[in-house]
Amino acid sequence: MDAPADAAWLGAMRRARWRRRLLPLLGGGILLFTWWAVVAGLHVRPFIAPSPWVVAQTLAAKWAMLLQNLLPTAIESVLGFLLGNLAALLIAVAFVHKKTLEATFFPVAVLINAIPVVAKAPILLLLLGNGLAPKIAIAALICFFPTLVNMVRGLEAVSPQAMELMHVLSATRWEVFWKLRLFASLPFLFSALRISASTAVVGAIVGEWIGSQVGIGALIVQATYNFDSALLYATVFVGSCFSVGFFMLITLAERLCVRWQPEVTRH
Amino acid sequence: MTAALACDGVSVRFNSEQRAVTALHDVSVTVPPGGFLTLLGPSGCGKSTLLRVVADIIQPSAGTVRVLGQTPAAARRNRQIGFVFQDAALLPWRTALQNVRLPLEVGRRPALPPGDRTPEDLLALVGLKGWENALPHQLSGGMRQRVSIARALLGGPRLLLMDEPFGALDEITRDRLNEELLRIWQQTGTTVLFVTHSIYEAAFLGRQVMVMAAAPGRVQAIIDVDLPEPRSLALRETAAFVTLASRLRRTLETG
Repeated sequence: MDAPADAAWLGAMRRARWRRRLLPLLGGGILLFTWWAVVAGLHVRPFIAPSPWVVAQTLAAKWAMLLQNLLPTAIESVLGFLLGNLAALLIAVAFVHKKTLEATFFPVAVLINAIPVVAKAPILLLLLGNGLAPKIAIAALICFFPTLVNMVRGLEAVSPQAMELMHVLSATRWEVFWKLRLFASLPFLFSALRISASTAVVGAIVGEWIGSQVGIGALIVQATYNFDSALLYATVFVGSCFSVGFFMLITLAERLCVRWQPEVTRH
Repeated sequence: MTAALACDGVSVRFNSEQRAVTALHDVSVTVPPGGFLTLLGPSGCGKSTLLRVVADIIQPSAGTVRVLGQTPAAARRNRQIGFVFQDAALLPWRTALQNVRLPLEVGRRPALPPGDRTPEDLLALVGLKGWENALPHQLSGGMRQRVSIARALLGGPRLLLMDEPFGALDEITRDRLNEELLRIWQQTGTTVLFVTHSIYEAAFLGRQVMVMAAAPGRVQAIIDVDLPEPRSLALRETAAFVTLASRLRRTLETG
């Protein structure tokens, strides 16, 4: 290819990249504008829905208070995330190595998972009191099931030929686990972790709705009762930002850990 | 001299819920040290099953198998068997070199005796010098199979079992790897059992060709190949080769 054509191609690539970045921003801008236009145009009263400008002012004015309330929610969701996923991981390992265990306890896990979170929350609240513990437990429970299912599938997602290879090499079960199963399960594990990163935050907030004075969930309830729609929106915004950040952190960790998949889905 | 492989009356039956299937019936064959036996036959004739019996992956229902005078289990534990699978069976998270090194990290973790080929040497032997740090998905199908051959050769196994290793490759790559396999076989002096359903591959590679028939899997004939050495691809145009190939085809058809 000659140089001008090369330059033209590079230019086209650069424009395509900017389009990919700018178009979503444009979409967000249009949404904000529509929001503002509807609130201003239809004279929606402030306690029904605030205008984006008022939400931004509230965010700026109550920044310190919002962050103060984000802290317990963040602690609960991160601890719940760690606890729930760690438990799921260990139990999955046990299930894969002892089929009787899986046959006995998997239906129980399905049953517990079938109870809605909002129904589980009061039970845990009675059991664990009013502090951080019940919220951590709810977040952990919500993370537990998807990770258990995915991890069992992942640990078994080993090709029969790879298992035969390990047999020919006289590998022990321990070695098969550390050299084969664990790595084979990582893509499955991370897809479960990405789900639990956002659901852990949901769990913590639901826990705070039911019994808490602090936290994003408590703030949401207070703002709603006080018809303080601007504070409600600002709180939701802060909670969402944390959730998205948590999700992106897991995605980043996955990119660092799982480097062997062919790059088909990445840009 | 102890045979590299001696099978005597080997049968394998699988019991499924509906019925018992005889995968192999009364197979007897002897391969001398440094020999090259190709197993040729249609799908379902039990060629892969026989390979797995020799590798101690499947237990025979009847008959005895001796690998260098030992049971398959002992030969496996002593790392005298190398296995090359149809789809290479590389671990996708390991680089080419790390895949070749795997046998040193599991089982009895035998230390390579000084003077033995290192993983680096073996990658060079299969023509992959410079690709040590490539991950499997960055390699072509032929290159992946070369890596798996290097892995099977680590530790200098006395018996190399190959289960249709080039079956999924295009014909040009397959021809080149056939020639290279003969070179590697001569350089290492190992005994090879090679499963294929290509008549030309079986005739070109084998010093003995075992023709098998299906339902139940059994030996149709064991044919000694007497073609001029060393073999190169040009051999396949000679009258002697064509005669052998048509003889194999006729034997297959009577099965």
